[in-house]
Amino acid sequence: MTTIPISWYLAVAAVLFTIGTVTVFVKRNAIVMLLGIELMLNAANLTLVTFSSYFRELAGQIMVFFVMVVAAAEAAVGLAIVVLLFRHRETLNVDEAQLLKL
Amino acid sequence: MGLIVEAAIKIVIVFGVVLTFLAYLALFERKILGWIQLRYGPNRVGPWGLLQPLADLLKFLFKEDVRPTTPNPILFSVAPILSLVPALMTYAVIPFGDRFVLFGREITLYITSVNVGLLYLFALSGLGVYGIVLAGWASNSKYSLLGGLRSAAQMISYELTLTLSVVGVLIQAGSLDLVEIVRAQSGTYWGILPKWHVFWYQPLGFLLFFIAAIAETNRVPFDLPEAETELVAGYHTEYSATKFAMFYVAEYANILAVSALATTLFLGGWNGPGAARAPLLGVVYFAAKTAVFLFIYIWLRATLPRFRYDQLMRFGWKVLLPLAFANVVFSSAMALVG
Amino acid sequence: MERALFLIFALTAIVAAFNVPLRRHPLHSVLALLVVLGALTGLYVLLGAYFLAVIQVVIYAGAILVLFLFVIMLLNLRAEEARLERRPLLRWLALPFAALLGVEIAYLVRLFEENPVPSGTSVGVTESIGRELFTTYLLPFELTSILILIALVGAVVLARREGR
Repeated sequence: MTTIPISWYLAVAAVLFTIGTVTVFVKRNAIVMLLGIELMLNAANLTLVTFSSYFRELAGQIMVFFVMVVAAAEAAVGLAIVVLLFRHRETLNVDEAQLLKL
Repeated sequence: MGLIVEAAIKIVIVFGVVLTFLAYLALFERKILGWIQLRYGPNRVGPWGLLQPLADLLKFLFKEDVRPTTPNPILFSVAPILSLVPALMTYAVIPFGDRFVLFGREITLYITSVNVGLLYLFALSGLGVYGIVLAGWASNSKYSLLGGLRSAAQMISYELTLTLSVVGVLIQAGSLDLVEIVRAQSGTYWGILPKWHVFWYQPLGFLLFFIAAIAETNRVPFDLPEAETELVAGYHTEYSATKFAMFYVAEYANILAVSALATTLFLGGWNGPGAARAPLLGVVYFAAKTAVFLFIYIWLRATLPRFRYDQLMRFGWKVLLPLAFANVVFSSAMALVG
Repeated sequence: MERALFLIFALTAIVAAFNVPLRRHPLHSVLALLVVLGALTGLYVLLGAYFLAVIQVVIYAGAILVLFLFVIMLLNLRAEEARLERRPLLRWLALPFAALLGVEIAYLVRLFEENPVPSGTSVGVTESIGRELFTTYLLPFELTSILILIALVGAVVLARREGR
């Protein structure tokens, strides 16, 4: 049975993280920016699971569990803000929301 | 290699039986609805209407596939598949019976038993939402969009209750593996009462599970996503021919899966008098218990009016969910005491 | 076999991930992320983290992304038009910086070059995770419940219609 080098997993995670970062930087649509953040979180999760498997240590996987919980909370609040933003400004462009008030 | 062949044979058998059964479930439903409403139901094709499913199938296959003008033609075609596949994948973990020995080889009466079985089912039920929501979106029609939206909100809301209602069973059985959960329900209390979870101590959990399951499968009285009096047909308004047939089969596949799951979790699965010695008898018990649920489903459809949308949400969040939490607390307390 | 599966999942994840920023319609971005999550589930299974693999589908695909989908449909969003940027220069600065970030991570990854992941390990079964979670990590676990409560209240307060 062939095994997979750990760097392969890490490389995938790195690519995903980079794409997520680019998404947050480049896109101005609030929803897509949130998606970029989710992508970054998932890339981090992949590295955590990889190292957890590699060191045969559960801590990494527990951490992923917490990351998922935080991601859920973040998505709930983030999307509530998005809905609010859209109701007041009729746009999701974050550059329009720079007045620090609605 | 032998294992793969065995699994392949089992998959073919299970899917053959399930798909045939689904076709007849539709007939069964129309017949029972007919009886309840004092009419005959389908009785023209074949004796007692028994060839009706075949006729329906041919009709679905040969009808014109009408496509609406939509900006998402690919999504429009993929949505029914997304709805059907998770529905059929549930049957991979449902234990139809125990194991028996054939030609010196032990054969289990389920496709596979995984140690995260129940979580797997919840994952699939979560994915089932996508088919409906995307169908509603891709159809480019306001009725479909409203149906899809309603279904997304409804399924997320009731999924909470569905998941929480099962936690009590998990605490009592001590496993996520469906086969283990069934095993935990063998035997009787004081020689009379079967050790099924529904009797002790999950009657509330059972009720919550069943109500939430009806809502998850979008059936009367929770069929708001396709409420025909207000939304024409909801998310599948624009669908026809084979694609509509996929939604149709998916709906019945979900109903059957949920009934089988209720049997497994609360009614002792294949357990029954004599089932320990004759495993095939266990399959009969399993089928009989599941059939009771299927009948109740159809009975409800013929009896109850539809909820209004705000009633549905209030019922889900303010009645069912607190009760589900209470049941979790009660089950944990019972586990500590007993 | 295992490598082939890895390559399939990894390539699917990366190709789909590129679609997240490249698509014009937010709904398509959500679907691309859904595919990424599915591929990651496969990778988790390869790594022996079965519990997380299933939880990933339940929480991310079953709850979070459906929420995104729901909001997109609720607001009835359309594809974004190419509009005038306020600061077009910043947009083009982002790309080299992101590339720099990628290089940095690649450098770190190289440190772990040749060490294979032991395959077929299953530390991630439900029981062991549950045991850890309710003993060693009990306090963080309870704290997350408070976090979720705060998020819940926050979301309700934010999304409530005013004037009632």
